[in-house]
Order: sequence, then structure tokens, then C-alpha cells
Amino acid sequence: MDKHVIIIGGGIAGLEAGSKLSGQGYKVSLYEKSNRTGGHLNDWYKLFPDRRNSSEVIEYFKKIVSDSGLKIFQDTSIERIKENGNGFSIYSDKGEEVEADVIVIATGFDLFKSSRKEEYGYGIYDNVISSSDLEAMFRAGEVVRSDGKHPKRTGFVHCVGSRDEKVGNLYCSKLCCVTAVKQAIEVKELDPDAKVYCFYMDMRMGGAYYEELYREAQEEWGISFIRGKVSEVGETIDNNLIVKVEDTLLGRPLKLELDMLVLMAGMEMSEPGEKLAKASFLKTGENKFFASADHHFGSNLSSIKGVFLAGTCTMPMNITETISHARAVVPDVIDYLEKKG
Amino acid sequence: MMDKFGFSISKGRQINYESNDRSIAEYISEKEPTFRLCIECGGCSATCTTGNFTSFSLREINILLKRGENEQVKNNIRKCMLCGKCSLVCPRGVNTRNVVTLAIQAFHNSAGHAV
Repeated sequence: MDKHVIIIGGGIAGLEAGSKLSGQGYKVSLYEKSNRTGGHLNDWYKLFPDRRNSSEVIEYFKKIVSDSGLKIFQDTSIERIKENGNGFSIYSDKGEEVEADVIVIATGFDLFKSSRKEEYGYGIYDNVISSSDLEAMFRAGEVVRSDGKHPKRTGFVHCVGSRDEKVGNLYCSKLCCVTAVKQAIEVKELDPDAKVYCFYMDMRMGGAYYEELYREAQEEWGISFIRGKVSEVGETIDNNLIVKVEDTLLGRPLKLELDMLVLMAGMEMSEPGEKLAKASFLKTGENKFFASADHHFGSNLSSIKGVFLAGTCTMPMNITETISHARAVVPDVIDYLEKKG
Repeated sequence: MMDKFGFSISKGRQINYESNDRSIAEYISEKEPTFRLCIECGGCSATCTTGNFTSFSLREINILLKRGENEQVKNNIRKCMLCGKCSLVCPRGVNTRNVVTLAIQAFHNSAGHAV
């Protein structure tokens, strides 16, 4: 059991896979580019669909990491993987070279940078914010506009950076719809008199208890759902926002003034993941995420034998799916190591 | 008399959500909360006998009311024969027949407009 496993990325996929492999008795080293583990989970306040506090999930990971003896190296980016006779060498941004028998890539995703959809005015208009900006406000306990006032009319734009070939992303990020519904409810919880609108192309509520949450948003909170892709956003002299959208169910254009607009940023292949893929000659798909060796039977296998994939570096996933995918890499790694001898 | 040259000014088609009167929808929503649950699937309109012979669409009426486009509803809602087939097919359990009844009532109550 002197085999060395290297995990690249200290988000929830990396922590889960690393802890489990470490628990099996392998020597496991995890490299994380930033100064904290847990990845995007740290930026989210409450989780869909049950609105559990994300800190509970973070606590779970702290516990499994400390129980397993997984070795974590923070502030270290891995830039390249090279096949090296019987195993692999990895190269960090600090010029280190480390050898391993197996690599698990868990580099995760980046949130779509909303400013790339210039027509929505992120970074231009003061009261256009992203879904993750709103989470930070929820954690702080209040939603405020740039002028310090609480918004009375809030809109959510679905599919920002998803299902949009203009930004190169054909795919659906699949979590933004339910996040919008969750956040819309949270805005109403903070101010039951506020008016909340969701602008959607399709409501893709394909997860456990997502549809139920959508129903709750309609029934208990009176949130309005308007089917149409927002075409452009303008700003009034008092920093309110004018949204233009087609109400596609009526086939007529609609205009609406709002106090705040939230952009539901989609998920993209992470920048470090993209660089790592290029430098290591690992295949990526049309969606730019790491390509799995087989869509059905080998979703944890990369295009190089001995290099495995876990979590959202392969496609958009929620936390439950990410943990399951990270657990699924464990037997694949063990199989490989046992066959290798 | 001025000659007409065949030109006219088109009425704007944009829904001005802010200035529209959505009180009818609010009235229905209060009395029949299932009104809010519509997901605009169109099941009601597909089964509707009236809809099969005229341009009447309950799905459209639902959303017109919610946007405050009341005129179009007012001129159409009386076409419903209250058979209730729509409520049998509704996947969200909207009491569609009561929605129609309440809409008729609301129009009747508002500013003495007899529907």
C-alpha cells in the first residue's frame, strides 16, 4: 500500500475522493490552488432544495478530512501532468515536481463571468448583481442596493452564460433554475412585500425536490415567472433597471422596471482545468469540460489511463452528484492500482 | 374632408407591466390560490370545447390576467361554458372553472362594467 495518489483540486470532489482513498490506506496528497479548501461551497449560504446552511456540509468535509489523514497542500497550482515510465509526474506553479502512481483531477468549475453578457450591464449598472453576489448578501443578512435601500422589485435572469452559443456554451448548467427559485424565495422571506420575477427560457427543475420548490415559490410566495430571454437592460436616472423581454407565452414584448436584477451565472470548465488539460494533452469535450473515456461506463476515466476525473470538472453537477461522482472514482482507482501491481 | 391615404398609426404591442391594472388577477389569486400554480402547459386549452371552435384559450386568459391585459380577457371570458373539462386535465390542480367564474365576477364588480 505504498502507492501514491495525487488529487488535483480541494473542492468537495477532491476532498471526498481524497479522504476515501486515504481511508483505504493509500498515501494521498491533495493540491489546492487557493488558501482554503471547499471551493465554491464557501461562497454559498443556503443550499437547495432544503435550504440547509452550507456550513453544515463544510463541517462534514472538515471531519472526513481530519479522520482520514489526507495530506493537503494549499496555495499550489498543478500546471501539468506527464507520464513517467510506470507512473506520473506533476509540475506545480512553484517549480516542484512530484511523482505519483495515480492522478485524480478534481479541478471543478468556474462561475460564468456575467460581465461577458454586456447587454445585461453587470459591472456597468450598480444594481445588476450575480447569483453569487446575492449569496454574499444573504450571508450578511440583508439585500441592499448601491444606494443602501432594500429592493422592492427584484428580477432573476436565468441562463446567463448557459444555452447561449454567443458565449460558446451550448449546454444547460442545470442548477441555475433551482438556484433562482431558491433565491427568489429567500428574497421574499426577507421582505414578503417585495415583488419578485423570474425570466426563464425553460424551467429545468430536474432534480429531487426541485419541482416542489418551484411549486412553493408560486403557491406560497407568489413569485412571477415570465417566459422569455431578457434581451437588454437599461438604467434609469435613479439607478433602477428597465428590462426588455418577450413574454413568449403571449407573443408580445414586455417592459418592466426593477430595483435590482440578479444574473444566474452558469457553470464553465475552470480556467486552471483548461490549462491543465492543454498542457497534459487530456481530451476535453465540446462543452470544454474534461472528456470522459465513456459517457456511460467510464465517467470517472480520462483520456489517459491512470488519470481519473471527479466532480464538476466533467460537467455541471450539484453537491449530491459531485459527492457521488467523487465516491465512484475510488473503486476505479483501486482497480487500476491492483492491476498495475 | 381630408383624404385617407391608407396610413395609420399602429398601437404599441408592448406590455407595460408597471402601468397595467393587475387587480383582477390579485382578486382571483386571493379567492382561488391555485390560480398561481399555472405553468402554462396548455392542457386546458387543448381539451376545451370552446377553444376547438373559437379563439378562446384559457391558458392565454390566465397569463393575460397576470400581466394585467384585461381588455382582451373581458371580451372573451364569457365564451366559457363552464363544463370543467379543463380542471380534469390540469397537472397542477388549478381550479380552472372557479378561475373563470371569479374572473367574470371581478369584471362585474370592477367599476360597474357588466361583462
